[in-house]
Amino acid sequence: MEMILSKNWNVPDQKKIDVAIKNGAYASLKKIFKMKREEVIEEVKNSGLRGRGGAGFATGLKWTFIPKENLSSGRQDKKPVYLINNLDESEPGTFKDRAIVEKDPHMMIEGMIIAAYAIGSHTAYIYIRGEYYKQWEIIEEALQEARKKGFLGKNILGSGFDLDIYQHRGAGAYICGEETALLSSLEGGRGYPRIKPPFPAIAGAWGCPTIVNNTETLANLPFILNEGAAAYKKFGTEKSPGTKLMSASGHINKPGVYEVEMGLPIRTFIEEHLGGVWKNHKLKAVVPGGSSFAPLTAEEAWATNLDFESCAAAGTSLGSGGFYVMDETTCMVRLLCFTSKFYAHESCGQCTPCREGTGWVDQVIKRIEKGHGRERDLQLLQDVCKNMMNGRTICVFADAAAMPVLGFLKKFGKEFEEHVKLGRCPHTVSLRGA
Amino acid sequence: MIKIKINDKELKVAEGTTVLQAALANKIDIPYFCYHKKLSIAGNCRMCLVNIKGQNKPVISCRERVKEGMEVDTKSTEVKKMQQGVLEFVLKNHPLDCPICDQSGECDLQDNYFKFSKFPSRLEDKKIRKPKAKPLGPLVTLDDERCILCTRCVRFCDEVAGTHELCITQRGGHSELTTYPGKPLTNAYSLCTVDVCPVGALTSTDFRFKKRVWFLKTTPSICTGCATGCNIKMDWDDAQVYRYRPRENEAVNQVWMCDEGRLSYKFINENRLFDPLIKKNGEFVKVEWKEAMRESAAILGDTPVASSVIGVLSAQASCEENSALKKFLETLFPKAEFFWTKKEVKNPSHDKFLIDADKNPNSAFLSLLGVGPLEGGPLAKGAIYIILDNLTGKQREALVASKPKKVILFTSNFGDVPLEGGTSPLMWADIILPKPTFAEQEGTFINRQGMTQKAKKAFEPKGHAREIGKVLEELWTTLSPR
Ligand SMILES: Cc1cc2nc3c(=O)[nH]c(=O)nc-3n(C[C@H](O)[C@H](O)[C@H](O)COP(=O)(O)O)c2cc1C
Ligand code: SF4
Ligand code: SF4
Ligand code: SF4
Ligand code: FES
Repeated sequence: MEMILSKNWNVPDQKKIDVAIKNGAYASLKKIFKMKREEVIEEVKNSGLRGRGGAGFATGLKWTFIPKENLSSGRQDKKPVYLINNLDESEPGTFKDRAIVEKDPHMMIEGMIIAAYAIGSHTAYIYIRGEYYKQWEIIEEALQEARKKGFLGKNILGSGFDLDIYQHRGAGAYICGEETALLSSLEGGRGYPRIKPPFPAIAGAWGCPTIVNNTETLANLPFILNEGAAAYKKFGTEKSPGTKLMSASGHINKPGVYEVEMGLPIRTFIEEHLGGVWKNHKLKAVVPGGSSFAPLTAEEAWATNLDFESCAAAGTSLGSGGFYVMDETTCMVRLLCFTSKFYAHESCGQCTPCREGTGWVDQVIKRIEKGHGRERDLQLLQDVCKNMMNGRTICVFADAAAMPVLGFLKKFGKEFEEHVKLGRCPHTVSLRGA
Repeated sequence: MIKIKINDKELKVAEGTTVLQAALANKIDIPYFCYHKKLSIAGNCRMCLVNIKGQNKPVISCRERVKEGMEVDTKSTEVKKMQQGVLEFVLKNHPLDCPICDQSGECDLQDNYFKFSKFPSRLEDKKIRKPKAKPLGPLVTLDDERCILCTRCVRFCDEVAGTHELCITQRGGHSELTTYPGKPLTNAYSLCTVDVCPVGALTSTDFRFKKRVWFLKTTPSICTGCATGCNIKMDWDDAQVYRYRPRENEAVNQVWMCDEGRLSYKFINENRLFDPLIKKNGEFVKVEWKEAMRESAAILGDTPVASSVIGVLSAQASCEENSALKKFLETLFPKAEFFWTKKEVKNPSHDKFLIDADKNPNSAFLSLLGVGPLEGGPLAKGAIYIILDNLTGKQREALVASKPKKVILFTSNFGDVPLEGGTSPLMWADIILPKPTFAEQEGTFINRQGMTQKAKKAFEPKGHAREIGKVLEELWTTLSPR
């Protein structure tokens, strides 16, 4: 079956606009400019597209939150509407937006034009992860090409619609992927998340209505507008239509970015797409959606599919599709050690529970891993995590930091107990042997 | 007004208030750190979390606005556990050495811990080290380990002072409060950051480690630093003033005061005149009050009722002191003339907020009396003078040129040079009588807005200083048979 996002990834020079156009890029524009913006939103709503940035929020619905009065023409006091392409991609294990940029940047730009048209935005930003310098260059070139062809700028294709797209590079903070921290950073401030509500759609960049969408979300739009919502819904499951880009890493034979149809069983994904667990080892655990979520045991993984509802039912999330695989030799304590270090390092430090909780969790897990754990530490970890999450902080970073800890403890608690009891890692031997 | 319920207590509260404000106004205690009524809402400390019926997640009460029929829970087991959780986090990297912290005794963290948690620490790992005793500017010293990152001080500099000196750098537990490179904390209100700091992180370089606060007594008073008359709390012990803190008065100074005024207390403690002085053979010598009174009475008693007598009132002195002198002279010498003296400084500080270029607390009262400046004269030759407070250079020249017969001066302080001996800078006076400062007597001052404000007496007059009113009354009794 031909896929949606990656269908031209193997075409040489697909980055070049002429090649891309030959393969259908920007074809949707002629169509959308004949539609009313409400009709574009309706089409996206009907497609059932859900955000690919992690939360899986319905894209069309989010767009309708832009206040009506901001769109009615003729109003003197109306504020501009901004579109933001969230290309911060910093979740450990996630590297799929990067593939879109490297393989088919015009698909993303076309998606941005569609979204901007739908929400009435004439200025759009790409907030790109600071380390993505090469990717920034690719996009700069692609934007220039698009401007030259008249897909950007004033009066695009004679439609009367104006749009400019600018890139803004992040400075290396994971938290700037969180949409309100992104806005603070974009405005030139410190990347501190803001209290919601108000949501960005009401008061976002510079206090103006703003839609933040993930890069992959936007890249889905050309297909939906070209082929129609019905064609899109043929892919995937009822609640998770379409395909998903999976960033696959860890103990597998063929790591990389894969586009899969939503609903694909994890077993099929690992065995057929990823070439199976490496070295003929047994599977121990899978994190399907990025480091912010609970892991699945092998048993759970074999019974779970790659879609939002199946992952949720298994107590984790499809998240951003950061899929990593652990074989039987993996020390789960050590793995959690890396995860916790990351969250302690990346907490913006604004609110007390997250600032202090992430650091504390990191210290305790590190201690357990080094063999200096105490029995009471496991209870302490759970208490600390529970005190951090569920609405006790400004943003959900704290939940993202706590959920993996609780998940690891719940599913691999024995390994933590063993570390405490033995005063060392029981896996050391097998790790060396591997 | 709308109806809400906090812990089964039905309340009527004004629309638009927050849950926290509604609770505090009704004496329901919700702990908080980052909220400050004069600053924007930061919502970062999470200390004020409460549950609201119908909402599946806790909310911060400092930001949540009341709604008709809202039911708030601030003290169920669940909420209490939440508060304990937050306090445990606040203390995670906070030094547990209150006994050596300057804030001890007036610390929101200490208070909230005792009121809402009181659980022993579960921390068995190292605390993060941060800078200690770091000067942020000339007047403020930071103990960063005590900082709970509530950003009140940052918001003060951004929103009230408008000078933006403070910021937070680094991330997570390593977040540090600091100043921007090359831009120290120098705004004219910098010590207000110490007031707003809920813990012992920001300290006044002047006050830190001078006194345990529980020894301090507090007297409501008025800053005498300028014509604004900021309302203050005067903190003192054993006849020494240790600091001023702003006292809330929305109409005058809100909850703020300037650094210059705040540090103007020192004259109460230093260079005080304790005993009357009389010029004998070209030298000032210390005498007992008895002798000073006898001498003064002799001077005044020898003066015919119709002769030239000049009273110099002071914009530094209270209404009571000025009135006492005025009434005394008017009764004894119906033809007595009055002028004023004011403190004058070169290039006086001033701004559009609180700081007034007029460095006198009671100029408005003198305007009411309709008297003019001493240097404006004309001054009768060979007059008798009774003067409140020190004179300016110009006034001194005018006085000396008028060849006064005798000069009696009431003052509380002398400059850097002692008054005794032959080199006294006050050689132009004949008798110098020690008066208490405004800390040692009750007094009223009229500020630039025309508001009459009272400064309460904190402690007894220092040394042998005596209130002007009492001294003049006694003199009057001695002279009245005349
Ligand atoms: C800590 C944190 C980091 C995030 N990082 C990213 C990111 O790198 N890229 C992204 O698209 N969304 C990220 N998000 C999600 C965004 O806040 C936002 O929900 C998303 O960009 C919305 O786009 P979507 O509706 O298209 O999914 C992050 C969220 C959190 C809490
Ligand atoms: S939850 Fe963490 S990352 Fe989010 S605002 Fe609070 S401290 Fe910052
Ligand atoms: S120094 Fe004080 S006021 Fe400033 S952020 Fe820290 S605790 Fe808050
Ligand atoms: S503004 Fe004037 S009255 Fe207020 S504190 Fe400063 S000097 Fe005192
Ligand atoms: S007082 Fe409400 S969050 Fe700090």
